[in-house]
Amino acid sequence: MKVWLGVLASTLILWQSASALPQIQSWTTDDGTRVYFAPSDELAMVDVAISLDAGSERDGSLAGLSTLTHSLLDKGAANMDADAIAARFEDVGAQYGASVSLDRSMITLRSLSDETLFQSAVDTLLKVIAKPSFPQRDFEREKNRLLIAIQNGQQNPSDIISKAFYTAIYEKHPYAQSGQGSAESVQTIQRSDIEDFYQQYFIANTAVVAIVGDLTRDQAEQLATNISQALASGQPTPKDMLVADSTPKSKQEHIVFPSQQAHVRIGQLGVARGDPDYFSLYVGNHVLGGGGFTSRLVEEVRSKRGLSYSVYSYFMPLQQPGPFMIGLQTRADQAQQALQVCLDVLDKYQSEGPSEAELELSKRNIISGFPLRIDSNRDVLGYLSMIGYYQLPLSYLADFSAKIEAVSVKDVRQAFRKHIDLDSLVTVIVGNEAAAK
Amino acid sequence: MMKFIVAANVALIAVLSIANATAQVSTHILDNGLKVIVKEDHRAPVVTSQVWYKVGSAQEYGGITGVSHILEHMMFKGTPSYPAGQFSEILARVGARDNAFTGKDYTAYFQVMAVSHLEISFQLESDRMAHLTLDAAEFAKEIEVVKEERRLRTEDNPNALTYEQFMATAFNSSAYHNPIVGWMDDLDNMQVEDLSLWYQRYYAPNNATLVVVGDVDPKQVFSLAEQYYGQLPAREVNYHKPRIEAPQVGQRRVEIKAVARLPYLLMGYKVPVLNTIEDRSEAYALAVLAGILDGGRSSRLSKYLVREQEIAASSGAGYSLYAAQDSLFLFDGTPRSGTSVDQLQAAIEAQIEQLKNELVSVAELQRVKAQVVASETYQLDSVQRQAYILGSLETVGLGWQSMQHYSREINKVDADAVRAVARKYLISDKQTIAVLTPVGEQSELAKNER
Repeated sequence: MKVWLGVLASTLILWQSASALPQIQSWTTDDGTRVYFAPSDELAMVDVAISLDAGSERDGSLAGLSTLTHSLLDKGAANMDADAIAARFEDVGAQYGASVSLDRSMITLRSLSDETLFQSAVDTLLKVIAKPSFPQRDFEREKNRLLIAIQNGQQNPSDIISKAFYTAIYEKHPYAQSGQGSAESVQTIQRSDIEDFYQQYFIANTAVVAIVGDLTRDQAEQLATNISQALASGQPTPKDMLVADSTPKSKQEHIVFPSQQAHVRIGQLGVARGDPDYFSLYVGNHVLGGGGFTSRLVEEVRSKRGLSYSVYSYFMPLQQPGPFMIGLQTRADQAQQALQVCLDVLDKYQSEGPSEAELELSKRNIISGFPLRIDSNRDVLGYLSMIGYYQLPLSYLADFSAKIEAVSVKDVRQAFRKHIDLDSLVTVIVGNEAAAK
Repeated sequence: MMKFIVAANVALIAVLSIANATAQVSTHILDNGLKVIVKEDHRAPVVTSQVWYKVGSAQEYGGITGVSHILEHMMFKGTPSYPAGQFSEILARVGARDNAFTGKDYTAYFQVMAVSHLEISFQLESDRMAHLTLDAAEFAKEIEVVKEERRLRTEDNPNALTYEQFMATAFNSSAYHNPIVGWMDDLDNMQVEDLSLWYQRYYAPNNATLVVVGDVDPKQVFSLAEQYYGQLPAREVNYHKPRIEAPQVGQRRVEIKAVARLPYLLMGYKVPVLNTIEDRSEAYALAVLAGILDGGRSSRLSKYLVREQEIAASSGAGYSLYAAQDSLFLFDGTPRSGTSVDQLQAAIEAQIEQLKNELVSVAELQRVKAQVVASETYQLDSVQRQAYILGSLETVGLGWQSMQHYSREINKVDADAVRAVARKYLISDKQTIAVLTPVGEQSELAKNER
């Protein structure tokens, strides 16, 4: 260990590099779309992400509606059918994608920056977001495919537990519903629902555009303006707010499923994006179960006892309080033992907090590893979208290390005591009867 | 439409030459035989270091299947200089991401970190190349972790279970027959001595490749490699048995019953790979053929089977030309509701027949090539991806230079070549079919599985 520290000092002199933070430029288009741009001319390519306030929390009683709408965007637009759209993107080597999460949806394009190729890819993208036609036949087929995807989830214990866990902690709030929806809800979706969803949520004034890559500022402005104009202007729809005191009290659920392993999940409501305690919880959770092999949960569950291949914990901050969860999988007859180990670890951590040495190790890990978070255009695109959509400060990345450094043992202890209530933990187990014993 | 494609292709070729110009690769072989490959990428102050050993499940024989993978796990369990736990802690302190992966033809270890910490990675990685402890008590716990990994990835995943049985049917005499993770019974009976033998037999500098990609100066990397890895002695590594698969002489079919909701079809045709093929242009033609079938949403399986005929909920095809031994040209799919696996199989085979009878269009061919050229640039966005390609090519014996030839060779493939390889290789005598038949959660099978 001593030798190694000596080595560290000498290599620092050899290879001291300036930190390479992306230079983020931000502006708002005339139509109200917020834009975040990080130029990068080292590779002849461009990544674009359009975040929309059209996540699955907007599904209402038609769970699966957002997912189905997004899967249909590239199945017909302007005068093109699905074949023509796919061919137009792929003729120029461009990659189009659409994904849905709880708070937002994201439409992405990766293209070479060569002007001819890029313009063609963007032209197709603009048609897809501006003039999707949702053909009836494609609607029926994509609905059928979504129903099959739901069945696929029903044969997979990790999908089953994920859905059950969100239902257990969010109950009636829209976050309780799966983005895929259920067989019952998807069956009831009509093509007109898709059109209505598109009209209501694909609007310029709540959209956020992130751009990373080989474009000039002028080109990026033009691109953002075109995207913004491709979307209609509309009225933002208020959200269903989570009522704080509706937090469910402690509950245990066992879903019988004939798998060899039992999947176990423990958790409750955590915090929202921008919560002042976020960094304390983030560093604190790194010690608990976020930091891989040096975390307490991995040490106790995997390294010491060989109970699970994977065990982890995390906070997932969302626009409204997101979940905190611990997860693992183990042979069914060991489920209760593994569950108890996790509860003991959490209980002890809650009362004592991390040691100074543990906290220091986690802080060093997070801060020293910071360059890895932003070492690709794709990573930077993700951060720009997050900063933009959740309206975090533009200095988020520049401030990141200092915020981590500032966290003390006391901060972690206080934040965990404030946000984690051991008496209201929700536990879900998916597995055969042996998992209940 | 036609005019546009031609224009696009000219531009793509221009872009290609730019991408290649930035690819600076330097190599050096240490006296002990360790090959060092360095690729400069100065976009961010980060580096990845990967050590690739020429051993994987394809070297394993009956009774010890999974030993390469378990040894990979045990490589994190300490040496005399860095006892269990220290390896991870030291790397955690410098913010490195580290992990490892085992394949049929290789076992590889990697760290990604801020460039200033490369030396620590070399220090730790060179140490465990020669001085692994392999403690019996640590092994006893880790083998349980590996069994949990197998339960998670295979036992409780019907499609993965189908794939395992499919491979065991397609390959008889070669070790591609065995799953990388090993059969459960072999895991139950694995001994730490099996790992010691494996470690001594294959973990030597002259049976490894060190790949470094990132914000580095190759000369400094070579001298650091000399300093740490250079001290390790070369050892004789002569336990190589080719284990060539016996020729397949007729169609094979296997049914897998498992608790599931959806049926699943897997189909494969024995095909040579770049490493084994007489005429290398055929391997590139097979890669283009895979692109025609499954290169994006415009490709034939999506266009015809999913969208036009509505037979498949999903369907894919794939060919990896970089395996060490003859491999499979794969098809898979899930039928849409109301359609049977047999209908799906017939529809895929009809696509194959068409490829044997008719030439693919110029537009399709250009589209596949455009995607290949573009992805050469896209993959430069990840140092990990670049190192992975260099390491795997070198390890299977093709040489890292194959990476630089890829898009040029793909560009040479014409419609006649695609039809020729379809006719030559996609034939029923070389075909293996696996079908997953779902059984209900209340069935006897489900009860027995517990």
